[in-house]
Amino acid sequence: MTMFGSNLIMYEEEFDRINAVLSRLWMDANAKLVFLVDKNGQQIAAKGDLDKVDATSLASLTAGNVAATDGLAKLIGEKEFSILFHEGERDNIHISIVGQRLILVLIFDERSSLGLVRLRVRKAAAELEEVLTQMASKAAEQGEAPASPFAEITDEDIDALFTE
Amino acid sequence: MSFINYASREINCKIVYYGPGLGGKTTNLQYVYERTNPQNKGQLISLATETDRTLFFDFLPLDLGSVRGFRTRFHLYTVPGQVFYDASRKLILKGVDGVIFVADSQEARMDANLESLDNLKHNLHENGFDLAVIPYALQFNKRDLPSAVAYDVLLRALQIKGEPTFEAVAPKGIGVFETLKAVAKQVLHELSKK
Repeated sequence: MTMFGSNLIMYEEEFDRINAVLSRLWMDANAKLVFLVDKNGQQIAAKGDLDKVDATSLASLTAGNVAATDGLAKLIGEKEFSILFHEGERDNIHISIVGQRLILVLIFDERSSLGLVRLRVRKAAAELEEVLTQMASKAAEQGEAPASPFAEITDEDIDALFTE
Repeated sequence: MSFINYASREINCKIVYYGPGLGGKTTNLQYVYERTNPQNKGQLISLATETDRTLFFDFLPLDLGSVRGFRTRFHLYTVPGQVFYDASRKLILKGVDGVIFVADSQEARMDANLESLDNLKHNLHENGFDLAVIPYALQFNKRDLPSAVAYDVLLRALQIKGEPTFEAVAPKGIGVFETLKAVAKQVLHELSKK
C-alpha cells in the first residue's frame, strides 16, 4: 500500500496493476527502462535495467524538467505540454504526463522508434489513468486515510536517526 | 508532500534550502554530502551556471536509517537565490515538507535577506503552504566574517515564529547538521500527526 498526496492511497492491488502495465509497456515498446514518478519527483514504480541508472536522480530531474516545462506552458497560455522528448546519440527519453499528477518516463535506443513508443505509451497511459481513477474513487469511499506509522514516534526515535 | 511507501516500507520527505543569492545554500548541501557515508547518500546534482551559481536547483538524496521499521529518506533541494530566478524557486517549493532559510549575516545583505524571506512567504502561499505552520528553521550563515551583524539584531529582523535558529559557517560545517536536524525533526513530528 502506498500513499501519495493527501487523498490518494495506493493499495497492493493498484500497485500490482501499475507494475503489470509498466511491464507490458516495457516489452511492447522495446524500451530499456520504463518508470513512473509523481510530479514531486518520487519514484513510484519501474521496470527494466535499473542497475545502470541512478533512479533517484533520474526521478528528481524528470520532475524538475516537467515542472519547468509546465511553467513554460502556462507562460504562453497552454494548460500543459503533455509529452517531452529528448533525443540523444544513443539513448532517447520520452516523458509523458498521466492523469495530471504522474509522469511516465521511457528510455529507449535504436532497437525501438519514437513512433512505436508514442503508440504504446498512449495505450499504457490510458490504463494508468484508469488505475488512478479507481484509486481516487476508493479513497472517496473509504474517507479517512489509515493512521500514519509515525503516529507514535518519539524524540528518541528521531535523535537516533542522526547519531552516526 | 511526504511520500510513504508501505510496500517497500520507505518514507521520502522534501526539504528545501531557501535564501538570498550567495548566502551559502549550496555550500550547506555540499558539506552534508561530504560528511555523509557513501551508503547513505545519492549523487549531489547541481544545475548551475558556468560560474557555479545555482541555475535551477541542487539535489541531494539522503538516507537517514530507519524509524519504526521505515527507511527514512530526505530529499534536500536548494533554490537559486538570485532574484530573477523566481519562477524556478516557485517550482521547487512544490510538495515541500520543510524549509531551511539560510540568511547571510553580512550587514550589506540584510535587505537581500528580508526580500528573500518575503519571497519565501509569497511562493509558499502560491503553492498552498503557510510559513507560519510549515516545519522551518533559520540559519545565520557566515558568522566568521568581520562584517557579520550581531546575533540579536539578526534574530529580531528575521525570526518570524520562534523557529529554531542556528549560527553557521557552512564551509567549515559549523551549524550545518544542527539546522538540518532541527527541520527533519519537525517534519517527522508533522507526519506523526497525520
